[in-house]
Amino acid sequence: MLLKLTGGKLYDPANGIDGVVRDLYIRDGRMVAPPAADERIDREYDLSGRIVMAGAIDMHTHIGGGKLNIARQMLPEDHRADLLRRTDLTRSSSGHAAPGTLATGYRYAEMGYTACFEPAVLPVNARQAHMEMGDTPMVDKGGYVMLGSDDFLLRLMAAGEDQKLINDYVAWTLVATRCIGVKVVNPGGISAFKFNQRMLDLDEKHQFYGVTPRDILRVLSRAVHELGVPHPLHVHSSNLGLPGNVESTLGTIRASEGLPIHLTHIQFHSYGTEGDRKFSSAAARIAEAINGTPNASCDVGQILFGQTVTASGDAMAQHRNSGLANPKKFVVMDIECDAGCGVLPFKYRDKNFVNALQWAIGLEIFLLASDPWRVFLTTDHPNGAPFTTYPHLIRLLMDRTFRNDRLAQLNVDAQALTTLGSIDREYTLNEIAILTRAAPAKLLGISDIGHLAPGAVADITVYRDHADRERMFTSPEYVFKDGEVIVRDGRIVKVTWGRYHTVQPAYDRGIEKRLRDYYERFQTIRADHLRISAEEMDVFGHGAAVLTHPCR
Amino acid sequence: MPAPSTPPRQVPDVSCPFCGLVCDDLVVDVSGDMIKVRTNGCPLASVGFGAAAVGEPRIAGRPATLAAATAEAARLLRTARQPLLGGLATDVDGARATARLADRCGAILDHMNSAAALRNVLTMQDSGWITTTLSEIRNRADLLIVAGGDIVSRFPRFFDRCILNQETLFGEGRQCEVLFLGGQAPRGVTLPGRSSTVACDVTRLGEAFGVLRALIAGRSLMATEAAGAPMQVWQQLATRMQAAKYGVIAWAVTDFDFPHAELTVQALCEMVKDLNRTTRFAGLPLGGSDGDLTAESVFLWQTGFGNGTSFGQGQPDHDAHQYATARLLDRGEADLLFWISSFSADRTPPLTTVPTVVLGRPGMTFAREPAVFIPVGTPGVDHAGHLFRTDRVVALPLGQLRPSSLPSVAAVLTAVEAALGES
Repeated sequence: MLLKLTGGKLYDPANGIDGVVRDLYIRDGRMVAPPAADERIDREYDLSGRIVMAGAIDMHTHIGGGKLNIARQMLPEDHRADLLRRTDLTRSSSGHAAPGTLATGYRYAEMGYTACFEPAVLPVNARQAHMEMGDTPMVDKGGYVMLGSDDFLLRLMAAGEDQKLINDYVAWTLVATRCIGVKVVNPGGISAFKFNQRMLDLDEKHQFYGVTPRDILRVLSRAVHELGVPHPLHVHSSNLGLPGNVESTLGTIRASEGLPIHLTHIQFHSYGTEGDRKFSSAAARIAEAINGTPNASCDVGQILFGQTVTASGDAMAQHRNSGLANPKKFVVMDIECDAGCGVLPFKYRDKNFVNALQWAIGLEIFLLASDPWRVFLTTDHPNGAPFTTYPHLIRLLMDRTFRNDRLAQLNVDAQALTTLGSIDREYTLNEIAILTRAAPAKLLGISDIGHLAPGAVADITVYRDHADRERMFTSPEYVFKDGEVIVRDGRIVKVTWGRYHTVQPAYDRGIEKRLRDYYERFQTIRADHLRISAEEMDVFGHGAAVLTHPCR
Repeated sequence: MPAPSTPPRQVPDVSCPFCGLVCDDLVVDVSGDMIKVRTNGCPLASVGFGAAAVGEPRIAGRPATLAAATAEAARLLRTARQPLLGGLATDVDGARATARLADRCGAILDHMNSAAALRNVLTMQDSGWITTTLSEIRNRADLLIVAGGDIVSRFPRFFDRCILNQETLFGEGRQCEVLFLGGQAPRGVTLPGRSSTVACDVTRLGEAFGVLRALIAGRSLMATEAAGAPMQVWQQLATRMQAAKYGVIAWAVTDFDFPHAELTVQALCEMVKDLNRTTRFAGLPLGGSDGDLTAESVFLWQTGFGNGTSFGQGQPDHDAHQYATARLLDRGEADLLFWISSFSADRTPPLTTVPTVVLGRPGMTFAREPAVFIPVGTPGVDHAGHLFRTDRVVALPLGQLRPSSLPSVAAVLTAVEAALGES
């Protein structure tokens, strides 16, 4: 089957193509070079006047796993306002802040997204995360496994064990849980909270193990690097949400000591203590640090106004913030000497000083960060806002007038404390394509998505060019997945199940005996039962292929 | 038929699906289709693993082929105006097939344990909670309060696995004080260290938690007794709870069987939140038996709603009171019941005049013969599967232990769904 996409204007930054009209060819689900003149084209799509990009990639979105299911259970009122009817093709579900997996997959695809990465897979909860991702149709998926507050690692560190052993443990965990990256959340802090510590600053010692967040960042970023895992250590830094946390965030960037590091939802970690209310934007300092640290990247975690729910592994921070829950309810869990979680509904309000400034801080970071290859478009779904707000966020980045009009409606004290109104920058379509396609694929080490050169998977999004970029990005004309049209005019026309992306770094199997002993002595399941088999993945994923990407 | 020549074998690290603890350390002997628990068993495991391996489908009490029984079940479903898929004691794949079928035919979903489970769900949806999981208790808890029951009759190995261990991550010679509040200490369990009982009628636990909250907040109370015990008992308990480094209060919500028990659960959970102002304390809501948390989890992640949801209008409509099994059957609002019960032959359908299709364990007996009976395999015995543990964090893989001709719930429901399209 040979398809031709004719006359579209391409934005394919991975291949240096910035708004060039060019024909594309697809054979058997992949992009191919222009065929010989005598080859028969089975189907041609006239895309003249259309904007063409690779399928979009969300590299940090909480789409599946225990804490999301807690959020779903807590919010029947939110679901009731956003019901999806059953159709001949699609099943019924419900959406908004913590959508069902079916709604999640359908809506991502309808927006032109073809891959989503769940950033907080607890090892003991990995099977559930994969079950949920497996039941998420349309898109590719992958997970980052969470380490850094697990007693096994902290014991190894406290005992001064060799980095090599830690590397084996990290590799075993990645392989057992079928993930593609490693994330650390409030390093050591989730464990410290179980010992009733309420804060754990970058150089503060965990009261039982005596290790600091900086120590944990060092060993984990080294492990990820030495194992050759392409995606750098994915870091949710200490002190989330606290005024003045800019200092520990800057310290965290330095703590990587030159190794690659990715700082996630950095907006929540870019706060100063200036002004009458002791809460201010430190976006300029953060952007400067990112700009000047080539080994560092970040995603923003933009907040947008309205009702959402925050679901995080950071039980310490979520408990600290539990009084801010709106509506007033929250769940905090200590989990299996492995991790924790906290879920609280949240309503960001534009007339609220702190919320308005958070909004401005996120946008300041986007606009002051100079290298679009190292800053990613996220709302930390659903923590800053549901992913369905992405088209609105894109318009805020691309349209200065729109942005400043919105700014003018916010809390006036917050307006006085942001430089946002003086920033002229407008993102280009090419830059949006970098943020949402080319850069995430590169950072994840996946060579055949996020671009449109021959050999790439034919995941393609086709937009009608519209001056209102929000409208344009809300409802693409076509979305191709593996070379097939799955969405037409914002409506699903075919249901598919995507594929999983994983890595499987090599390790010394001696670690397995140690883990078996440890689990038998201290835990309440067998270590071998953490391991997810290929057969299980097949069942969870409706037969979706599980791809293993090479380590360096 | 199982091959009679299969030699006996010993299987280690078996996961047990017969209560919400889903212990995964059993050793069983398998000989043909006979399974005997050798190590780490309990009364529930002995019964569950020892049950019959074969059964034959029936239509109106007469033997039928699986294909005929499936076709008849589909026919009944096609003609029903408001089907109810109830029972729902199955594994993850069974729950996935159930949810898909409900969406397809506009059915209502409601689990056999959902009336009890709702007491926890309502609390979580109204004010939330702070909870913990089994391994945290095993290593950290220095005080365990058991509210409203003995735990052991429903979760036989709880103390073995979480309290009686001497070694923890943080040292040897563990001492966890255990206090039974409004329930009796279980017989046959020897607890280390101190254990005690505070007598309190379970229906008055809410009052007890209210008093404890006041005392924890440092308020003085005029009363001299509360919830049937002198005030000094509550003062001592409040002081003890505040002194705990990692306290846990566990309850099996099935034990809170009285009107508006959700308010008792809520008072308990709000007390735990209060204690966390100064120390660490967590709740342990015990559940997960009969796959109740498994079904709830699957429905939630797919649709955003748990048990008590109707798909009759082409979209989910969740109302746990309106769509409760007992109410629907009592009022005749459902005109067909599918009853799914793959773990226990004792969990039979409620007595009803509504035509009933049962997917049940072989050996199930009925006060009223169902329209269709299809014996199904048990996950973790007759086929592989997955089950969520009480904490809803750990989903354990269940293995197939013996050769079996019994279909899984998922297989039957998938066949029923396929047959619906063949009309």
